[in-house]
Amino acid sequence: MSEWESVIGLEIHAQLATRSKIFSGASTAFGAAPNTQACAVDLGLPGVLPVLNRETVTMAIRFGAAIDAEIDHHSVFARKNYFYPDLPKGYQISQYELPIVGKGHVFISPAEGELKEVGITRAHLEEDAGKSIHDQFPEQSAIDLNRAGTPLLEIVSEPDMRSAKEAVAYARKIHSLVRYLEICDGNMQEGSFRCDANVSVRRKGEQKLGTRAELKNINSFRFLERAINIEIERQIDLIEEGGSVVQETRLYDSERDETRSMRSKEEANDYRYFPDPDLLPVAITDEDIARIRASLPELPEQKKQRYIDELGLSDYNAELLTANRETAFYFETALAEIPTQNAQLANWILGDLTGALNKANLEISDSPISPQMLAQLISRISDDTISGKIAKEVFEAMWQGEGSADEIIEARGLKQITDSGAIESLIDAVIAANPEQVEQYRAGKDKVLGFFVGQVMKQSQGKANPGQVNAILREKLKP
Amino acid sequence: MASSVTEIRRGLAAGEFSSFEITQDYLARIAQHNPALNCFISVTEEVALAQARAADAALAQGDAGALTGVPLAHKDLFCTDGVKTSCGSRMLDNFIAPYDAAVIENFLRDGAVMLGKTNMDEFAMGSSNENSWYGSVANPWNSAHVPGGSSGGSAAAVAAGLAPGATGTDTGGSIRQPAALCGVTGIKPTYGRVSRYGMIAYGSSLDQGGPFARSAEDCALLLQTMSGFDRRDSTSAEQAVPDYCGALGRGIEGLKIGLPKEYFAEGLDDRIATVIEAAVAELRKLGAEIRDISLPNTGLSIPTYYVIAMAECSSNLSRFDGVRFGYRCDNPVDLEDLYKRSRGEGFGAEVKRRIMIGTYALSAGYYDAYYLKAQQLRRMIKQDFQQAFDSVDLILGPTTPETAFKLGAKTDDPVSMYLQDIYTISLNLAGLPGMSLPAGFIDGLPVGMQLIGNYFDEAGLLNAAYSYQQVSDWHLQVPEAFQ
Repeated sequence: MSEWESVIGLEIHAQLATRSKIFSGASTAFGAAPNTQACAVDLGLPGVLPVLNRETVTMAIRFGAAIDAEIDHHSVFARKNYFYPDLPKGYQISQYELPIVGKGHVFISPAEGELKEVGITRAHLEEDAGKSIHDQFPEQSAIDLNRAGTPLLEIVSEPDMRSAKEAVAYARKIHSLVRYLEICDGNMQEGSFRCDANVSVRRKGEQKLGTRAELKNINSFRFLERAINIEIERQIDLIEEGGSVVQETRLYDSERDETRSMRSKEEANDYRYFPDPDLLPVAITDEDIARIRASLPELPEQKKQRYIDELGLSDYNAELLTANRETAFYFETALAEIPTQNAQLANWILGDLTGALNKANLEISDSPISPQMLAQLISRISDDTISGKIAKEVFEAMWQGEGSADEIIEARGLKQITDSGAIESLIDAVIAANPEQVEQYRAGKDKVLGFFVGQVMKQSQGKANPGQVNAILREKLKP
Repeated sequence: MASSVTEIRRGLAAGEFSSFEITQDYLARIAQHNPALNCFISVTEEVALAQARAADAALAQGDAGALTGVPLAHKDLFCTDGVKTSCGSRMLDNFIAPYDAAVIENFLRDGAVMLGKTNMDEFAMGSSNENSWYGSVANPWNSAHVPGGSSGGSAAAVAAGLAPGATGTDTGGSIRQPAALCGVTGIKPTYGRVSRYGMIAYGSSLDQGGPFARSAEDCALLLQTMSGFDRRDSTSAEQAVPDYCGALGRGIEGLKIGLPKEYFAEGLDDRIATVIEAAVAELRKLGAEIRDISLPNTGLSIPTYYVIAMAECSSNLSRFDGVRFGYRCDNPVDLEDLYKRSRGEGFGAEVKRRIMIGTYALSAGYYDAYYLKAQQLRRMIKQDFQQAFDSVDLILGPTTPETAFKLGAKTDDPVSMYLQDIYTISLNLAGLPGMSLPAGFIDGLPVGMQLIGNYFDEAGLLNAAYSYQQVSDWHLQVPEAFQ
């Protein structure tokens, strides 16, 4: 295995979050009844013409600015010709030469402390095709053209990744970026963010790239990692057995956990690209680019640096909190309530909250505990209303929907006992009941103190302030 | 019977006749003559009469638009809501357009009446109207001859008086050549002047709609309605439309007219040269300054055009696949069979020829040699004109190298057919406006003179043509059988 090196490049299709399609006024909303969101232009009726939705250009430039890419003043739409029933015009309007976004790059962090630059070759605008449905009518295929004409940004990377793990880190980075930029909702299940992977292998030290296979039909990061790994194994096995890899498109089947050939290079279409005469070249001025650049939100890298510099968070925590826009938003919303407690807040979010979300398979934006609720819980620890231990119980109750931290503390009577008189009487009772342990402690066995603390906390049902309990116990147990 | 748009407008305004009456007259003429001429694919009698009644009501209320009550015919390539739009093809024989083309909307806005949809070469591919699924059209001047193409039905309908005006489209000469062969006036405006929305595409970078009528004055009226910016067509020009009728009658004193030597070279029928020289003499008398000029790349225009037009059409016609609309073969066994037979049976021979040549020109390994090279030549041809317009205001020459040829004479020789467009095609490549107007007759067949203007100078073209028509009566001639 170790003598082999894999080379991976990704083609990502991000569906742009415009309200209407790229070349028509029809809606792009997901899930409408079949063919109800396809107008004359989307149907490719005779005589209709495309009109560019300029918002898609702005979104592409936002992406370009975020990856530090070259953006040309002149960009051209081209026709990609092929026949398919869900491609109404018999060609897809895409870009070939002169895409909107030229060479750029991002940094990925495949493992803690690692940083790697991945080149982006280009990103271009194109329209999506419709959907063919083969399992609804016996012996017939159905076509839903609602998706036809939906704007896509196709982001093509350089073959810079060397493992499935790096490929996933890159895909997650782009996913995070397009959501930060608010140009794509990133929903992989609905197909708003799709990854195709070009995979090849070569012996280590070799300069020449091996023959690649293109993997399609991957709709989650987990499947992306899986599909690449089994494809790498397949190619290595093939070569080691004396065979050779053929250039082809392979479909990933997540149920069978395998890739299988879809079409070979020989069967590939000659797309006969040429500039679309129905659309004028897109003119982009320096002012357009400057205006769009100025409107960019704080991007994950900048945010992370700010968390480290201004909030004093660790590199690791800052990376995790900024990895996606929703987590950062959650963090910053809660932080606004408790500005001095960023470390505690980070620990709660990355610890208990992330754990609970993962267990329930929920996104942070769907968390039953709002940022304000979590902030209140943390402030009840710092103002000594409850102990850290009780806080876990309150967190659990909040997760179950029992209300805010204050409501739960009140309802369950969890308020910490800080009245030293009450604590003293509890301690007196415990000392009186355990003379043997008192002797041991006074004989120098300091560890026994823990036993007394435990007993007092038990008697107080966990509500006694642990700091006070410790201090008073030490005083009372003095020989 | 009033026979021009101008006269009909005047008569309607004066209450000499109603739109309903004049529409009925035209429908009667169509019923009488169309069986022999075959100008119309569809006659929309009910629509026409309903529109005429509405026009009469509007006229009575003093609420008339520029063309209220004027009956017109439309090339069957403009989509018309609820009316068959066949494009002269079996492929669209069953296609009822669900919307109106921008040009049709404009005519409705201005109150015009639609008599029907006219015959044409299939998908506008042809120079004789012989490529129509609905059969050829007879030239009203001699029924053994072609009317020209691709807008042959419209030109013949106007020549025979079956409509006072008609729409056409021009990708390489498809308005000007049939106008010349049928002895009527037709104008192809600057690319971008008339919206292409709802015009079924042949060569998208070349296609442009325009009118046919009996005179430059009528053409000015119709073009006024057709022109204007349309945001649904990205190639539409966002430029104000001048008052074309208002520009007529200012004369041509001092107008510099260039005669390109390449348009009078080998291949031109001498008798046509003589006719054009006579017309030039008339223009000189009107005060025009005539100059010899050169358009050196004229000879490259036909190969350049056919690469570009065929490349574009090979892609434009991909949507006709038997899946969503149009012709579908019987009992397809699988998808490939559906495609192959629907397209094989739905398209005629010339359309298939152009799709195949265009597909070849765009194929991997040939793109640079054909499509890219053609684009370079296109720029050179455009530069020829730009240089010429540095020294002249208009360019003049014959519209066609010969008069209307006999039906069937060139059907086996596509290259000879393509050469019919030698003088017209380069304008489409350059995007310039041009018009054809009657300048004489040879053996009873009309001769067309072509005027070429600078970008968006339709007003200058129409004015020059109008001036000539004030001192000539070629445009007033009507074939004997249709008087």
